[in-house]
Amino acid sequence: MTYHTLSVLVENKPGVLVRIAGLFSRRNFNIDSLAVGPTEHEEISRITIVVNCEEHPLEQVTKQLNKLINVLKIVELEPGATVQRELILVKVRADAESRSRVLETVNLFRARVVDVALDVITVEATGDREKLDALIKVLEPFGIKELVQSGMVAIGRGGRSITDRALRPVERSA
Amino acid sequence: MTEQMTGRKGTAGPESPAGSAAPPASAVPSPRDLAARSPHRDAAHSHAEAPAQPGSTEPAPAQPGSTELAPAQPGSAQSGSAEPARVATTSPTRVRATGAQALVYALERVGADVVFGIPGGAVLPAYDPLLDSKIIRHILVRHEQGAGHAATGYAQATGRVGVCMATSGPGATNLVTPIADAYMDSVPIVAITGQVPSSLIGTDSFQEADISGITIPITKHNFLVTKPEDIARTIGEAFHVASTGRPGPVLVDISKDALQATTDFSWPVSFELPGYHPVTRPHARQVREAARLISESRRPVLYVGGGVIKARAAAQLRELAELTGIPVVTTLMARGAFPDRHPLHMGMPGMHGCVTAVGALQQADLLIALGTRFDDRVTGKLDTFAPGALIVHADIDPAEISKNRRADVPIVGDCREVIADLVAAIRAEHEQGRQPDLGAWKAQLDSWRTTYPLGYDEPGDGSLAPQYVIQRIGKIAGPEAVYVAGVGQHQMWAAQFIDYENPGTWINSGGLGTMGFAVPAAMGAKVGRPDATVWAIDGDGCFQMTNQELATCALEGIPIKVAIINNGSLGMVRQWQTLFYNERYSNTDLHVTAEPRKTSGTRIPDFVKLAEAYGCEGIRCEEPGEVDRVIERAMAIDDRPVVLDFVVHKDAMVWPMVAAGTSNNDIKFARGLAPDWGGSEE
Repeated sequence: MTYHTLSVLVENKPGVLVRIAGLFSRRNFNIDSLAVGPTEHEEISRITIVVNCEEHPLEQVTKQLNKLINVLKIVELEPGATVQRELILVKVRADAESRSRVLETVNLFRARVVDVALDVITVEATGDREKLDALIKVLEPFGIKELVQSGMVAIGRGGRSITDRALRPVERSA
Repeated sequence: MTEQMTGRKGTAGPESPAGSAAPPASAVPSPRDLAARSPHRDAAHSHAEAPAQPGSTEPAPAQPGSTELAPAQPGSAQSGSAEPARVATTSPTRVRATGAQALVYALERVGADVVFGIPGGAVLPAYDPLLDSKIIRHILVRHEQGAGHAATGYAQATGRVGVCMATSGPGATNLVTPIADAYMDSVPIVAITGQVPSSLIGTDSFQEADISGITIPITKHNFLVTKPEDIARTIGEAFHVASTGRPGPVLVDISKDALQATTDFSWPVSFELPGYHPVTRPHARQVREAARLISESRRPVLYVGGGVIKARAAAQLRELAELTGIPVVTTLMARGAFPDRHPLHMGMPGMHGCVTAVGALQQADLLIALGTRFDDRVTGKLDTFAPGALIVHADIDPAEISKNRRADVPIVGDCREVIADLVAAIRAEHEQGRQPDLGAWKAQLDSWRTTYPLGYDEPGDGSLAPQYVIQRIGKIAGPEAVYVAGVGQHQMWAAQFIDYENPGTWINSGGLGTMGFAVPAAMGAKVGRPDATVWAIDGDGCFQMTNQELATCALEGIPIKVAIINNGSLGMVRQWQTLFYNERYSNTDLHVTAEPRKTSGTRIPDFVKLAEAYGCEGIRCEEPGEVDRVIERAMAIDDRPVVLDFVVHKDAMVWPMVAAGTSNNDIKFARGLAPDWGGSEE
């Protein structure tokens, strides 16, 4: 089994996420990560889905996704040709004694401190999954009070855009 | 970054033929009907001339149904023309209307001539302008499930989109079973449901159910409409989605306030379906590759599914079969796609298929799978299915290709176009002298056919054999009649023992296996094809699930004929208990009573009395010698529905059988009897 990252361009309409998430669970797929957001086109949303599965079932679920009327386009993003990012916000214990070491770690990972309390600092970090896992691992000994992590977003390297031709001319009846 | 094979949606092809042509049929009420209904209709119409539009201060719309709002084909609904009503393309329309009126106008313009439904609170506004429509006949059913299956029967019999309507909440949830049924069998129906006012959505208000959420997994697509200006366009889109590509059910849920508010109705409408582009044109290179494999094969089989009927490709299929001499098998959903009496027809494959058809698939070196989906009921244990065969798989739905069995030559396209292109490509092969000799293969199949014909044992006690009853109905009613079955033993016997010569004459619930399908679906088929004789072949278990629609049939002048194959039990389940549960008959006897010894001979219900209570003719038959006379009497009655209660032997079983989860190679043509495949075993 390997991780696959799918970028799904969908119509920006209510209920579309349910159709997509429902399809995955119905076809017995586990979504590893999911991120939804707007694109440069107001009428298009982009859903980035990471799934862990074999090639054949992935092809099947992609075909089923393609049948959803609100889905405009599906692209699998290869890790090597793609920039992939996740965001974490983490509250770490940092009393007077440990604070400098925590800050040092944060700097090493090019993360940022976004909030400070008496004995806790909140750290924001972006990166690919390996980097964030590593950061969490080194912060753990200080004591993680709370952690929130976004789904992965990904974009292909180079000049091409997958949203270029997602919208087709409107059809007419009769 | 790579774009997957399936990563980009296909380009828009020509319109799918589904819905673009129709067999000679019109959904017009019989003259008797119209006469009976006209006083009511006239009264309703005069009422409509001075419409009371609650809550509307807008000027009254310009006379609904007037020339300005000319229907698609004004003549078609009255003249009995062979052409279905079509979308109006000539005179664009623009008029003030309520959302409910817009709904009715749009339905008229997309070609709906019949709606099966039941009104209720949330959908009430839509029922008011329905009274004024001169084009749409609304048929008031007794249960929403009946409306849904009737829409399916109508669609299967005519090839047009069937329409059903219900109110919010329980009305809508009662449509869930028929919608799921239509989804599994790819039947184009549009279900319209009223929804609570948009301000109340999400508040658990009275009769609120999230029907669009509930039906996501069982519809091709669905819509929730809360604005009156979206209604007409959505109806246009719903019919387009339901009838093109791989057909399927579409649900349109409309909030009550959207039906009540006033809007501008205009037609034609522009679809907003940027992500919907069904592919119908097959890829030329794939077709040539398929033709090459056909030239090289020695044991090919045309494995034909329901997609061939949906694509109206029966004539093309016959041309292909006769050009190549390749034997044909037709699945349960494809009965009638190829004439049963044709010498190249090897019968139905599958769990209860005939030995020749199953053996042909198992020993083939090439399967040309057309509009079929390698369902588990056909393949048996998948990894032993057709072990020596290459697969050419043509389907309009790319997701079916290589879903269960990997295709060596995948072809995405409409079956009619695929087969027509295949015929041309094969002619080119023939011209270059590449035409395989299939003599040995056909001789082998013919020997199986002679050795293992379909048959059944007569009960020793002089009681009725169910197979005999069904066979006689088929012989007496003939190949022009339409046969609709429920689900179970009687369904399999009806698929086996009636000869189907024409597409659209066999209607059943294949994928979902919905008991209770027959009576309402037969009702819908009869409405769609009023000139055809329509038989519902039903079991006594199935019949008791939906027989309330006999009232609809009797009152609306829909004279279907129902043959209850009454074995007093849930026969197919009982057969499995006989074979796999040591004859322990847990809860399959429908005549069992609380008194231990009084377990048989009860007639609860008495189907003859039940039929009479519903205004139908009821006739019981228990003697083999009476069968023909009873069927002929039913054929002679055309002014009311007929219910025949055939009391048959309860131990009859469906053979041949491939037990669930086993290999097709282990088919038994009778209990404990396996065919001898001869020397060519793989």
